[in-house]
Amino acid sequence: MQVRSMHFKAAASQKLADRRLQDALRKTQGKFVAGRAQAILELENFDEIRDAARRIRDRVLEHLDLYLEQFERNATARGAVVHWAENAEEANRIICDIARVHGVKKAAKSKSMVSEECALNDALEAAGVQVVETDLGEYILQLANEPPSHIVAPVVHKSKDEISDLFERHHQRARKESVPDLCREAREVLRPHFLSADMGISGANFIVAETGSTLIVTNEGNGRLCTTMPRVHVAITGIEKVVPTLEDVTTLLRLLPRSATGQSITNYVSVTTGVRAPGEEDGPEHFHIVLVDNGRSRLLGTDFQAMLRCIRCGACMNHCPVYQTIGGHAYGWVYPGPMGSILTPSYVGIENALDLPNASTLCNQCGVVCPVKIPLPELQRKLREKQVERRLRPWTERLALRLWAYAAAQPEIYSLGARLAARMLRRMGGSERLIHRLPPGASGWTQGRDMPAPEGKTFHELYRQRSAGR
Amino acid sequence: MSAKQRIIEKIRAARGKQAEPSAPVRAAVERYLAQHPEGPRPRSDWDALARFRERATALSSTVDVIPSVEGVPAAVAGYLKAQQLSLEAVIWPAFKALDWSRGGVAVEARQARGDDLVGITGAFCAVAETGTLMLISGAFTPAAVSLLPETHIAVVPVSRIVKGMEEAWSLLRAECAAMPRAVNFVSGPSRTADIEQTINLGAHGPYRVHIILTASD
Ligand code: SF4
Repeated sequence: MQVRSMHFKAAASQKLADRRLQDALRKTQGKFVAGRAQAILELENFDEIRDAARRIRDRVLEHLDLYLEQFERNATARGAVVHWAENAEEANRIICDIARVHGVKKAAKSKSMVSEECALNDALEAAGVQVVETDLGEYILQLANEPPSHIVAPVVHKSKDEISDLFERHHQRARKESVPDLCREAREVLRPHFLSADMGISGANFIVAETGSTLIVTNEGNGRLCTTMPRVHVAITGIEKVVPTLEDVTTLLRLLPRSATGQSITNYVSVTTGVRAPGEEDGPEHFHIVLVDNGRSRLLGTDFQAMLRCIRCGACMNHCPVYQTIGGHAYGWVYPGPMGSILTPSYVGIENALDLPNASTLCNQCGVVCPVKIPLPELQRKLREKQVERRLRPWTERLALRLWAYAAAQPEIYSLGARLAARMLRRMGGSERLIHRLPPGASGWTQGRDMPAPEGKTFHELYRQRSAGR
Repeated sequence: MSAKQRIIEKIRAARGKQAEPSAPVRAAVERYLAQHPEGPRPRSDWDALARFRERATALSSTVDVIPSVEGVPAAVAGYLKAQQLSLEAVIWPAFKALDWSRGGVAVEARQARGDDLVGITGAFCAVAETGTLMLISGAFTPAAVSLLPETHIAVVPVSRIVKGMEEAWSLLRAECAAMPRAVNFVSGPSRTADIEQTINLGAHGPYRVHIILTASD
């Protein structure tokens, strides 16, 4: 997917002014938050399980090379073919080759964020393969020709009416107004695709070193269909998704759906290992697993390694006041919200996503809910530091900070400045004691609200006054 | 150099390791996989059958308990008639020997097709903690029977209800020589909440899941 994160500020203002989006966000806001809060009450030792999950992910990252080799050995022993891709282009080339070798004309695809990273659909279409997204949300986006705006609920930004319009236009059937009718129509339209596709494409929430299995968690059943019906199955996933054992997966599964959608378990947890066995009537004859690096290994051994613990639950964005106000598209790449504000600069280059680590109040809601305890605000702060070190901040900001640093080190100058500023702001506040418009440079602050004017005295002055009166 | 070698090398370089991990490090990783220790478990002082019923029902499955497997044809017929559903079903071969003439359900033991309305399967076991069925694929347990039809009926002996997923894995390791091609944990009918986060039962898989528990095996 093309990176548009440099346009964050403009995109964010646009999203703020977008009525439809704001309505859609308001409607769904809180559903995920309430669901998660309820679901974690079922686990009296929730925090103990989180610590265990964090240790599992750290263990993997500590020996990622060895766990990946184990995974490959065990998957290969069962007839799967494991491919390695250093970047998106390589991954796309590998999968297009697989399609060509097996004479694939149509691929049924279940949701995969790594495939979004790679823009796999575009590559396959260019190679003459029809790709049908089958997750309801992703299918709607494919019709609308839009990228997802949430990693778990990709179409959270769209209203039911917009979806009714899309279906009516594309399916040429009578307009459906209710959610059950829309879902049934999607089922009827997509069912033949599952049965006629030559290739099923899935992601993997986890891959298991012990058994060489790939695992997906889904609710709709489309993931099961994609991995059961077509004769070729391709699973594409990131190299960091490996988990040592089935028991470790079990621990992570107690956290993932609860943190994501507030479910104690998803409808389906599907573990696939190898190809169709002799005598079996269903399952793919060919199983290819594509392990994608695409910038992940660069994070190992750095301050940002903890980010690779991420299990893609989306809780951080569900709880983020910034994401909840502007939606996912403004972030400009595949991964939005707090996790995206770390992943995007890390994968596509910090100079290509300067605003993302700053698009945060550092309120730490995300850090509190992250099931694998990734210190997201701390990582955002580290990225900000890096921007300063690499002199990537605008010269005005650097100059302002330099001046402030100078003044702050000189008590006389500092208190004179503070005195003048306090008096001036008081004057600006007038009798209402409210400032409607700050001068250029700070005018953004008063664009949508007033600033209460200070009383006119600085902290130092008040302090001196009070201690004198004692 | 292959992409694999380059990626592995990048990983090792980033972690500040030598090109080849030492024998003891390798051995430690292999030992961990062989031992596959359990993580912390949530409280489980409940009765497995009661818990399974409660959780499965909460996830929109329906649950019936009958004395023995001989009663399955009648129980299936009763359910399908009460729900006004089709009386034709595709079944796993394991249930072919039952006397289906008793309930009036016409069954065929074969792979499911896209237009089958009712699928009847067994299950490898059931997990009480979450109210979940565990199905494994195989020559006699085709996966699509629980997936393509709009109604999925699963028959499980009460004795196969285990506490948590950990016990399900142990059972699998004990009874199967290798991982089956597909292990599917099923927790209720397929659903989607993609449109305005409104939960809708019945997406691409079954619209309803009915579980018949048999008290004696
Ligand atoms: S960073 Fe944490 S909270 Fe956010 S998606 Fe990843 S695991 Fe979930």
